[in-house]
Amino acid sequence: MKARLGALAATAASIPIILFGLVLVTFFIGRVVPIDPVLAVVGDRAPADVVARARLELGLDQPLYAQFWRYLTDILTGNLGRSVMTSNPVWEDIARYFPATFELATLAIIVAAILGIGLGVLAATRQGSWVDQVVRVFCLAGHSLPVFVLALVSLLVFYAWLGWLPGPGRQGIVFQDMVETRTGLMTLDAALAGDWPAFQDAVAHLIQPAGVLSFFSLAYIARMTRAFMLAELRSEYVTTARAKGLSWPRIVWRHAFRNTLVPLVTVIFLTYAGLLEGAVLTETIFAWPGLGQYLTVSLLNADMNAVLGATLVVGLIYVVLNLLADLLYRLLDPRTR
Amino acid sequence: MSDRASPLADAATATAALEPIAPDAVPEAAGAPPPPQAGAASGRRAWLLTDAPASRSQAAWGRRYQAWLAFRRNPLAMAGLGVILIMLLLILLAPLLATHDPGIQELGNRLAAPSAAHWLGTDELGRDVWSRLLYGGRITLGMVVAVVLLVAPVGLLVGCVAGYAGGLWDRLLMRVTDVFLAFPRLILALAFVAAMGPGVESAVIAIALTAWPPYARLARAETLTIRRTDYVAAARMTGASPARVVLRHVLPMCLPSLVVRVTLDMSSIILTAAGLGFLGLGAQPPLPEWGTMIATARRFILEQWWVAVMPGIAIFAASLAFNLLGDGLRDVLDPKQR
Amino acid sequence: MSAPNLPGEPLVAVRNLHVDFPSATGVTQAVRGVSFAIGREKLGIVGESGSGKSVTGRALMGLLPGSATVRADVLRFGTTDILHASEREMRTLRGGRIGLILQDPKYSLNPVMTAGAQIAEALRAHSRLGRREARDAALAALEAVQIRDPRRVADAYPHELSGGMGQRVMIAMMLAPNPELLIADEPTSALDASVQAEILRLIEELVDRRGMALMLISHDLPLVSRFCDRVAVLYAGQVMEELPAADLHRATHAYTRGLLECLPSLDHKRERLATLRRDPSWLAPHA
Repeated sequence: MKARLGALAATAASIPIILFGLVLVTFFIGRVVPIDPVLAVVGDRAPADVVARARLELGLDQPLYAQFWRYLTDILTGNLGRSVMTSNPVWEDIARYFPATFELATLAIIVAAILGIGLGVLAATRQGSWVDQVVRVFCLAGHSLPVFVLALVSLLVFYAWLGWLPGPGRQGIVFQDMVETRTGLMTLDAALAGDWPAFQDAVAHLIQPAGVLSFFSLAYIARMTRAFMLAELRSEYVTTARAKGLSWPRIVWRHAFRNTLVPLVTVIFLTYAGLLEGAVLTETIFAWPGLGQYLTVSLLNADMNAVLGATLVVGLIYVVLNLLADLLYRLLDPRTR
Repeated sequence: MSDRASPLADAATATAALEPIAPDAVPEAAGAPPPPQAGAASGRRAWLLTDAPASRSQAAWGRRYQAWLAFRRNPLAMAGLGVILIMLLLILLAPLLATHDPGIQELGNRLAAPSAAHWLGTDELGRDVWSRLLYGGRITLGMVVAVVLLVAPVGLLVGCVAGYAGGLWDRLLMRVTDVFLAFPRLILALAFVAAMGPGVESAVIAIALTAWPPYARLARAETLTIRRTDYVAAARMTGASPARVVLRHVLPMCLPSLVVRVTLDMSSIILTAAGLGFLGLGAQPPLPEWGTMIATARRFILEQWWVAVMPGIAIFAASLAFNLLGDGLRDVLDPKQR
Repeated sequence: MSAPNLPGEPLVAVRNLHVDFPSATGVTQAVRGVSFAIGREKLGIVGESGSGKSVTGRALMGLLPGSATVRADVLRFGTTDILHASEREMRTLRGGRIGLILQDPKYSLNPVMTAGAQIAEALRAHSRLGRREARDAALAALEAVQIRDPRRVADAYPHELSGGMGQRVMIAMMLAPNPELLIADEPTSALDASVQAEILRLIEELVDRRGMALMLISHDLPLVSRFCDRVAVLYAGQVMEELPAADLHRATHAYTRGLLECLPSLDHKRERLATLRRDPSWLAPHA
C-alpha cells in the first residue's frame, strides 16, 4: 500500500515538471516567432506612441526571464492571451471549440478500441492463418495511410459517389442553431432536447470523420493487441489453463486477454491522445469546428496566442491522459499494488 | 523469453537464433568483403555458412548472410524493400523518366484525365501529374532523409551519454525528452513551423525537433543493459576512457535496434512531412511536394479526383513500404523487440 | 473412483510415439518411437534437456502446439484414444483425469488472478459447483497441501507467494478435481534446495493416499529413483532403458551407466569424476 502510494506520488510529482517544460517550450516558440507581437495587437498602421504603449503593456521591454515569469503567471491564472483573429480570449475560444473535437475523438477511440481489440485477438489466436495475414497487412496499411488522403477518398466515395453520408460540416443547414447548446456535444444536445431528426443529422455527420479518424488508431490498437496476445498465449500460465481443461474462449479472454489488458490500456490512452493529432487534418477536410481546425486557421493567420494556447491545451490533455493510463495500469496489475 | 527450460525450446533445437553482434567484431570487419573464393557461388555460400569461421570478419559476414537469408524468407519485407528501391530509382532518374517539365503550365489542358500524353492526367494549372510526382518524390523523400540524418545521431548520442553517465545528466536529459514526448508530434511541429515560417527547411527542422526523443529513449534503455555487461567492465578495466567505451562498445551495440526503429519511423516521418505540406506549412507551391500537391488538388476531389489521389497513393506506397521493411528488419535484427 | 478403464490394462499405454516439429532447417524429431505403460504406480522419466521427456508428457494431454505432428501405434489414456479424441473429450481428460504440474509457479500461475480463483476455476471446469461451493472446495484443497493459512493464500496473487508456496497452490489446483494421473514436469527444479524435498514428499504422499498414478519428469536420476517405482531413461527422443527404480544400480545401458558414473558420492572416494562419453550408436533408431 505504501509502495503504491509512493509510485503514484512520483508520477504525480513529475507532472508539474513536464507542464513547466511545456510552458517553457511554447514561450520559446513564441519568442522565436518573426511576427512582432506588438504589431499583431495594434496593427501595422498604428502611430508610434500606440506601439510603444502596447510594448510596455505586453512587458516586452523587460528582460526575458521577467517576460517568462509574466507568461507563466498569466497561464496559471487561466489567461492565455487574446486571439487576434476572433478578438476573444483564447481560453474562451478553446472552450467553445473543444467539445466538437472531444465528441469526434471519443467516438473514434471507442470504435477503434472495440474493432482493434477484436481484430488483434482474432489474429493472435489464429497465428499464421490467412486471417492473421489479412489482419497484419490491414494493420500495416492502416498505419501507412495518410489520414487526409483517407478523408478525401472517403468523401469522394461515400458522399459524392454513393451518397450514403452527408458532406463536410457538423450538421445540416436546416438544423443550424436549432438545438440549444448545453454540453457542446451535438449528438448529446439533440438527444437532450428530444429533437430526433437533429440527432439523426448529427450522428450522420459524425460517422464519416469519426470513422476516418479511428482508422489509424484501429490499425495500431489491433497491431499491439496481436503482439501482446501472442506473447501471453505463449506463456506458461496459458499451458496451465489448458491443462486445467478450460474452454478455449475462457483461456483466451479470462487468462491471456486479461493479462494483455494491462499494457493495452496504456496503448489505448496514448492513442486517444494521438487522435488529437489526426483531428487537425481530419477537421480541416470535414470542416469540423473543433480544436484542430481552430489551430490550423490560427496558424495560417499567424495568430500566435491562439496557436500557443491550443498547443498548450493539447499538451495538457496529453499529460492528463498519461496520468490516467498510469492509474488504470496500477489498478489492473496486482503486481504494482 | 527467459532461459528456463520451456517445453518447446527443450525439444526443438534452437535454429540460428541471431546472437547480438559482438561489439569488437563489428568495426574491423565492416567494409571488408569476403575474400574471393576459388569455387563459384556455392563456395562462397559454404564459406559464409561454415560452423567454424577462420576469422572474425568471416564470422561477421556469416552472421550477416544468415540475417539476409532469414530476411529473404519474409515476402512482405522483400516487397517493401523492392518498392523502396524502385521508388529511389524513379526519383533518381526523374529527369529521364519525366514526360514533361514539372513546372510547365498548359492552361488550355487543365485537370485532364489520364491519357497517352499525360499518363496520370494534369493538375489545375495543366501541369503533368506523373512528372510532378517524380520530382515531388525528391522533395518528400529528401525531407525524410534529412530528418533521419539530423535525428538519429543526436538521439543516439544523447541516449548513450544519459544512459552511460547516469545520475544528474540522465535525469536532466530524460526530463527534456519527457517534455517533448508530451506533445503530439504533428502539433508541436505545427507550432515550430508557425514560429519559423512555412517552408521545406523549417518543416525539416520542426519534424527533427519532435522526432529525436524516442531515439534517445531507445538508446538509453539499450545503454543501461549494455553498461552492466562484462565486456564493458573489461574494457573499463583495461583503462578505456568513458568516451572510448561509449563510442566503441556501447554505440555499435545500439545500432541494430536503432536501424529498426528508424525504418519503422520513416513512415511516420513521411506522413508528418506530407501532413505539413497538406496544411500549407511545408514545401510551398509551385514546388511539387506530394502533400502540397494534394492540398491544391483537394478542391477538385469530387470531380477530378485523380489529381489528389495520385500523390496520395505515392505517399501511401512509400509509407507502407518502409513499414513492411521495418517489420521484416525487426524480426531479423532485433528479435527481442517483437 | 469408477473411471472407465479397460480391465487388466494399464491406465496409460504408449506405443511407438513419434513427435515432429517443423523447423527452419526441416523437421526436428523430438520423440522417436517411445513406448511405455503406466498403471497405478509412479513412473520416472529421466533425460537431459532436449531428450523429449516434456514433449512426451504433453503429447499425453494433447497440449502440443498445432505445428507438431504426433504419430503413435497406441496413445491411450483409460479408454480414450488421445490421437483421435475430440476437443471436448480432451477437455474432460485435461485437469479432470490428468493433472499437470509445471516447473516454475512464478510463470505457471496467472499473475492477475488470485490463487483461490485459479483453483476454483479448475474445480468448476469439471463439476457443477456454485461460486461459494467452489471457493470452499478451493480452501479445502489448499488445506490438503498443508497450507496453514488457506484463506490468506487463497486471496493472494501469485507474486505475493514464495516459490514453495506457489508450487503448493499449483499442486492443490491440479489435484482438486481428483485426477487419476499426475504429470509432474520438473516440479522442483525452480525451487530452493531446502524446499525441493518438501514438495516432492508432499506429491508422493498425496499420490499414494489417493491411489493415483504419477509420471515424474526430471533430469535428476537419483531423485527420480528415490521417489518412483520404475524409471525410463530417455536420450534423443528414444527410451534407452526402462527398469525398476530399485534395480538402478544394475542398469545395463551404457548411457544410464554413464549418468550414474558421473555423480559425486559421499560414500565412495573417487579420484576424478567421470564425464559422460556419448556413443553415436545411441542415436540410431531402435527397431
